[in-house]
Amino acid sequence: MRDIRLSLAEIVGEDYVSNREEEAYFYARDPGLMPAHEPDYVIVPKTTEEIQKIVRLANKEKVPIVPMGAGMALTGLVIPIKGGIVIDMKRMNKIVEMNEKARYVIVEGGTSHGALKSYLEKNYPRLRHSIPDSPATATIAANVMIHGQGRLTQQYGFNSDMVSGLEIVLPSGEICKIGSCSISKEWFSKGAPLPDLSGLFLGWFGATGIITKVALKLYPRKKMRDVEIFVTDRDDLVPDIVYELTHTEMAEDIVIFSQPKPLIFKDNHHITIFITGDTDEELEFKRKMIWNALDGFIKSKDGGFMSVPPVMKPTLLEMPQQSVSRFADVKRGGGFEYSGPIILVEKYPECSRKVEELSSKYDLGYSGMARIIGRGHCMMYGFAFTFNRADPDMMDRVRKALHEASDYVLEIGGVFWKATVDEQRLAIERMDPNTRNLMKMIKNKLDPNGIMNPGNWEVN
Amino acid sequence: MKYEEIVHRCFRCGYCKFTSDYYDFNCPSYRKFFFESYAPGGRMWLIRAWLNDEIKNSNHLQEILFSCATCANCVEHCVFTFSDDLVNIFIAAREEMVNKGIIPPPVRDYLKNINISGNPYKEPAEERGKWADGTAIQLYDDQEYLFYIGCVGSYDERAKKIARAVGNILIQAGVSMGILGNRELCDGNEVRTLGEMGLFQYLAEQNTTLFKELGVKKIITLDPHAFNAFNKDYPGLEGEIEIYHYTQILAPLIQSKKIPLKEYKAAITYHDPCYLGRHNEEYEASRTILASIPGVELIEMDQNRENAFCCGGGGGNFFTDILGGGNDSPNRIRVRQALDTGVQIIAVACPQCAKTLDDAVKTEELEDKLEVLDVAEIVSRALA
Repeated sequence: MRDIRLSLAEIVGEDYVSNREEEAYFYARDPGLMPAHEPDYVIVPKTTEEIQKIVRLANKEKVPIVPMGAGMALTGLVIPIKGGIVIDMKRMNKIVEMNEKARYVIVEGGTSHGALKSYLEKNYPRLRHSIPDSPATATIAANVMIHGQGRLTQQYGFNSDMVSGLEIVLPSGEICKIGSCSISKEWFSKGAPLPDLSGLFLGWFGATGIITKVALKLYPRKKMRDVEIFVTDRDDLVPDIVYELTHTEMAEDIVIFSQPKPLIFKDNHHITIFITGDTDEELEFKRKMIWNALDGFIKSKDGGFMSVPPVMKPTLLEMPQQSVSRFADVKRGGGFEYSGPIILVEKYPECSRKVEELSSKYDLGYSGMARIIGRGHCMMYGFAFTFNRADPDMMDRVRKALHEASDYVLEIGGVFWKATVDEQRLAIERMDPNTRNLMKMIKNKLDPNGIMNPGNWEVN
Repeated sequence: MKYEEIVHRCFRCGYCKFTSDYYDFNCPSYRKFFFESYAPGGRMWLIRAWLNDEIKNSNHLQEILFSCATCANCVEHCVFTFSDDLVNIFIAAREEMVNKGIIPPPVRDYLKNINISGNPYKEPAEERGKWADGTAIQLYDDQEYLFYIGCVGSYDERAKKIARAVGNILIQAGVSMGILGNRELCDGNEVRTLGEMGLFQYLAEQNTTLFKELGVKKIITLDPHAFNAFNKDYPGLEGEIEIYHYTQILAPLIQSKKIPLKEYKAAITYHDPCYLGRHNEEYEASRTILASIPGVELIEMDQNRENAFCCGGGGGNFFTDILGGGNDSPNRIRVRQALDTGVQIIAVACPQCAKTLDDAVKTEELEDKLEVLDVAEIVSRALA
């Protein structure tokens, strides 16, 4: 067997491959609570061709490979559970092509949401994409790979629903184009009217291929944005409120949060409604429609619009919301993690009570946060707990709380989002056997040597 | 280690690596190496691992820590309440390494040279003031200002020209100033950023004593690094001696036409030195000067002011060259950013930036397209 490090260095250059202790330490972890496992090598390629060569080498040598964006999923999806090569994609960060009129952009597999946001604001101020609240360094490819959500999710679904084409390096090392780009030079659709093959890759966490290019749909960017917060202390009414809100089709995004601090927030559910408009009239019209839709709840004294303090507005309107990251330091300890199942909106009350119960049981700081997906078709509910990285006991309590949350989610019909390895196992166990078999066929056919992010979606 | 109680609080979210609009990665060592270990978050996690004995002090860990240019981009963009301390934390980790005696050879050599020769070039102290030979610049003798040069301006051939340019303009403007000549000592800014706190304190005390003995009330520095050290890290000067960077003296003189300028036609972009800009929030003096020169068109790079991309010379890297070499060394990236603006001149206000960017222009083979000039050299060309 050839020296693998040497072979990798021949592919990307000596400077961009490491088997040193320091990179192994860092890339063995993500900011969450999953156990560390060190890679044998970390590599930072620049081109698709380099990735092809890396994959071919890994296949030949039967070495695992783990593609990594910013590693912000918090659930250990890029921790190399079986060692091998971590491919840090962030050096492949170019915006490849823009089609303004067809409203899509093609970016390389390591391009960050932050960079795309900035690019669009500078060059195409009338266009936007669905920005998640993960940090700006989160990559677009990894975000769609985990079915991330963003600011436009209430209108257009998961961010992965907004993909309009993919370039994948298959486990064999071959390049495969997915969608209209497979037979045309245009990247306007990831599937229809062809068979939609994107499902062979999206949601698989890199276990079936590496995204080297992704085309993303863009949407009109209105000149103005504003935010309203409807507050109720009745969790049982939240699903009805969301139903009325989504029925108006006036909101850009709907996010709900409940948290114990500051005290004025305690026991309340804050339904945060973002609206956009090109004119004051448009904004006011939408605001009025939303107010009218919730009028019944106001009249019955079950809720009302809070006045959003001017200091709070920029924080809420910011994209991505830096305050989400700041939650990590609530305990002055640099950590938070959440279990974020996708679940029916009607389950909001149970989830909300559960996060409080777990917080009380394990003595943890928490935040319950939900984002509506589609027109109330489902939601992501985050059982989020903050922890102090220097307090192993607190970290253990968070692990236990999250574990309990996972079990609970399955009980009430939820599906794990960006599932940990343990959650993936639970999901596979519960899965319809024929579905499981189909996944198995796909995985074995595409990745017969099992080198792609092994440990994840281990249907075998 | 100092700040040990903070190190575990990094979430490694990566905001620290960016510009404020997320346009590009703006941490010079991360841009060069592209491993997360070289980003501020990587350093935080590795420092913690080292303190916890999870990793050892290796040559590579030293390279990671000493490649930080202390440019403070991370301080500017980190979203946490401890952001102000990020560079201090990295310096504290270096201090820990220095105290243990395990540091990269170029760092050791730099500190040794300062300790023995009083300058990084191993040049005799008697030659420190030679840069002023042939000029009308006088030794300090109760003039209004002490003009403090620093090691680079005193010994480096490229930087000496800048020192002379500033000195000559000050004289022409009638500013009452003098230099210390051979009595000048190293300001110690890089000694501090490289973690040798004992030597830094010694230099700070020596300089403070000398300034006070001479009755200095106002200092003009050539080098933003000295400006930073005197301003922020010399407790003995606080409230007693006013510290200026030379651009802060020239800007009002030029604006009020006390230094008359003729037309000088040039398209210029200005590179903010980190120790003038982010560390001391002086973004306007140089721009005021350049904008006051008739014929000058000032074109900003995308990454400017608090988002300026560091030339890679800070934090001792000017001397240790840990960040140098390769296509993605920060100085080469910065020169390419300047080239994108279409200008002919990169203006700087720091002798270290001047030299670092000069080198990059040569390496990029752009000598026929780009010239690196200090603001004072540009003013000299426009003097009426």
